[in-house]
Amino acid sequence: MSADSSKGEPDALSGWYDLFSRGSRDWLRHNEKIREAVRAHLPQIVSGGDIISDGSRTVRVPVRMLEHYRFRLLNTGEGQGVGQGKAKPGDVLGQANPQSGPGQKGAGGKDKGGIELMLEFKVDDVIDWLWEELKLPNLQPKSGATEESEWKREGWDRRGARSRLDRRRSLKESVKRRALDEDSPAFTDEDLRYRQLTRRRQPALRAAVFFLLDVSGSMSDRDRQLAKTFFFWVAAGLRREYKALDIVFVAHTTEAWEFSEPDFFKVTGSGGTVASVGLAKVREIMEERFDPSACNVYLFYASDGDNASDDRAPAGAELERIAKAARYSGYAEITAGVRSAPSETTLLFQAVAGAGLPCSQFSIAGPDDVAHAVRHFFTVESAADKAGAAP
Amino acid sequence: MKSDWRSHVPKLEELARKNGLDWSRVIFEAVPDSFMTEIAVYGLPVRMPHWSFGARYIYQLLQRHMGYSRLFEVVFPGDPGRAYLAQSNGLADNVLVTAHVLGHADFSKNNMLFRRCQDQGSTQIIEHAAGHARQIERDIEAHGFNAVEQVLDAALSLEQHVDLDQSLRREHYPEYMPDKAQPPDDAFRARFATLDQGQEVAPQMRKQRAPLPPHPERDLLWFIATYAPDMESWERDIFLAVRDESFYFYPVFATQIMNEGWASYWHARLLREADFIPEEVYLDAIKCHSDVVRPVASGEQVALSINPYHLGFTLWEDIVKKSGVEAARRVMREDDDCSFVRNYLTREIAEEMGLFRFQRQQNGPIKVVAADVDELHESLLLDKYNFGAPRVSVAEVKNDGTMILQHDTQLDGRGLDAERALRVLEYIKRVWRRPVILKTVDANAKSVEFSSENPGGASS
Repeated sequence: MSADSSKGEPDALSGWYDLFSRGSRDWLRHNEKIREAVRAHLPQIVSGGDIISDGSRTVRVPVRMLEHYRFRLLNTGEGQGVGQGKAKPGDVLGQANPQSGPGQKGAGGKDKGGIELMLEFKVDDVIDWLWEELKLPNLQPKSGATEESEWKREGWDRRGARSRLDRRRSLKESVKRRALDEDSPAFTDEDLRYRQLTRRRQPALRAAVFFLLDVSGSMSDRDRQLAKTFFFWVAAGLRREYKALDIVFVAHTTEAWEFSEPDFFKVTGSGGTVASVGLAKVREIMEERFDPSACNVYLFYASDGDNASDDRAPAGAELERIAKAARYSGYAEITAGVRSAPSETTLLFQAVAGAGLPCSQFSIAGPDDVAHAVRHFFTVESAADKAGAAP
Repeated sequence: MKSDWRSHVPKLEELARKNGLDWSRVIFEAVPDSFMTEIAVYGLPVRMPHWSFGARYIYQLLQRHMGYSRLFEVVFPGDPGRAYLAQSNGLADNVLVTAHVLGHADFSKNNMLFRRCQDQGSTQIIEHAAGHARQIERDIEAHGFNAVEQVLDAALSLEQHVDLDQSLRREHYPEYMPDKAQPPDDAFRARFATLDQGQEVAPQMRKQRAPLPPHPERDLLWFIATYAPDMESWERDIFLAVRDESFYFYPVFATQIMNEGWASYWHARLLREADFIPEEVYLDAIKCHSDVVRPVASGEQVALSINPYHLGFTLWEDIVKKSGVEAARRVMREDDDCSFVRNYLTREIAEEMGLFRFQRQQNGPIKVVAADVDELHESLLLDKYNFGAPRVSVAEVKNDGTMILQHDTQLDGRGLDAERALRVLEYIKRVWRRPVILKTVDANAKSVEFSSENPGGASS
């Protein structure tokens, strides 16, 4: 029925109409605006992130269509309208949709509140925004003793491998030459320019980060989820700075184990918390695998802070040894609320920080705090950089 | 066999003319469905770019994919008028649509609301709007995308806030108060003036500056474009361009039931009388007609909405049956939807159509309530007043440039949605460039004030 309506008509214009794409253009702009809006709510995205080990992954964020605001009457929760069909006064025609207000009644189908979109964001982008938005200074990596050498492009030459011919530059040379002599051929061998490579020695940018997680009985699933989110963004942030980042996962209760990443977040332990055991394990691995002089070592510890009180001295000693070797040690305390007094573990870190070593602590009470925690650690860390650089 | 609908156009036109329809020339054009969708979204074939159209566009596409809505035609009034027909229409569809379009063209040439807006604006709205769009493209080049978008955010959100009783090209307000010192020109004064008084009686009155605005002003687009303290001239032009288009959209909005009903009445009638149409085409066309004017609910069904085509069509059939075509034409010239529904939707028709009024509470049941025919009218027309927008006027501009907006809560019966109001104030402030304050009431009928300076909330 729809096939031949266009047959025989002067059809010169209809191809032209196909070129109209204003709808798509404005739709793309709409989506761009959504991205901006989402970007303004980074803490929420950050809190929703799933732990991901490779950098190419994305986070999915559900968003609603943007509304172009107009003056609207107050929604009193009541609606009215005219319907049509077999109904008499007193009939009940079902339940009002809780989301639909009076604006949705009748023929007015303009309310698009119901449509939800899933937008994907690259983790790298989010990290970049995070750094911009939180005004996080870039870290100053400690240069290691070892150096890496790398081939870099540098300069041009008249001779070189065919594969490194720089066509744009060669063309420029040709244009220059022909500007002087119009009759000369389009290209001569003299015009050709080749990119050159040189060997550059660079300080190594290596880092190792230890994620130490308290999996004792007092850590709930929610606590663990918060810790996981926090670790994820820390790792993403560090990965931004270091070409090679080794991540070591250690969990502890009264004992400590090293895990692979997939297992790490599934571990549930029981029993008490002895921080010194976990810290000792970290130190062992650090001494065994990473040379602190060649490698930037970071430690991030997440716990609810209920360390056994008789563990203060041994844990303090371990932490101090780590803090001296490591570039930075951070402690994220997962709390359910505000504590009246600083926890055991907080005291531990405060004591070491008081001794002038680079470490600090931050408490995470809910998902929105994760972004603040990330900000806290990275600003403090870079402040430590400056302090360290001054003398 | 004639498979081309265009061959039927002249014959249908002749038949329409015989039936007394009177229209300006209409140019028919078949266009791709994608283009139809865009017209439906933008309201005009070429219109200024804005992201809010993008959101509507996707919504429309979804609707189309789910098969909810199908567009057969869009007509633009003017001289000449333009009718865009969907390329996917079949022959029968297009025969019906041609007749339908003639009904619309007759309506838009003769209805007074349409005429007034066309006299004021332009009979070439399509070219006009395309001109605006082109100008805005140039503005984007000159001033950057974000600057232009910011102005469009504000202008389009106030799209409905125009005063149709004013002329499209309005004069500025008089700068000074009318001179009360000027004595009335009567015989007593004339005689008095001839008397020798020895001294000056009338004191020298100083001219007094008129307040701004001299009366509450509901033409917000015009007022801001004209009196914004720091607006660039290209920004004012964008406001006026949006206002121009609102003058075109208003009659379309305010006569929807009448206009669609009128076109449906005439396509049905012309089709009945068109003996030159092959029978199978006629049958298909009539099937299509009954789809268009079908009530939302049939048989034992109940629907919470009505089909405006069905309502309009039923009312026009009734009017023609009772008083004849000439009387119907007079109604078509003089009414808009409000008067049309109030005057011609009778108790009997409402019962026959099965119209009822319902109420719903949030999270509560939807209940059918008893309603006399007047209540039905008001219920039907509730969204039609004031271009479907709350009544907001400029009450005052203070010495520091602060603009006070006043919402007429008496007429609207309740206050404004706080969050949206604040967002709109933010839009306006970016072009007004001084604080903007809005006075309205809250849910408890207490007066509240929203301010662009305090985006957190209201103060009472």
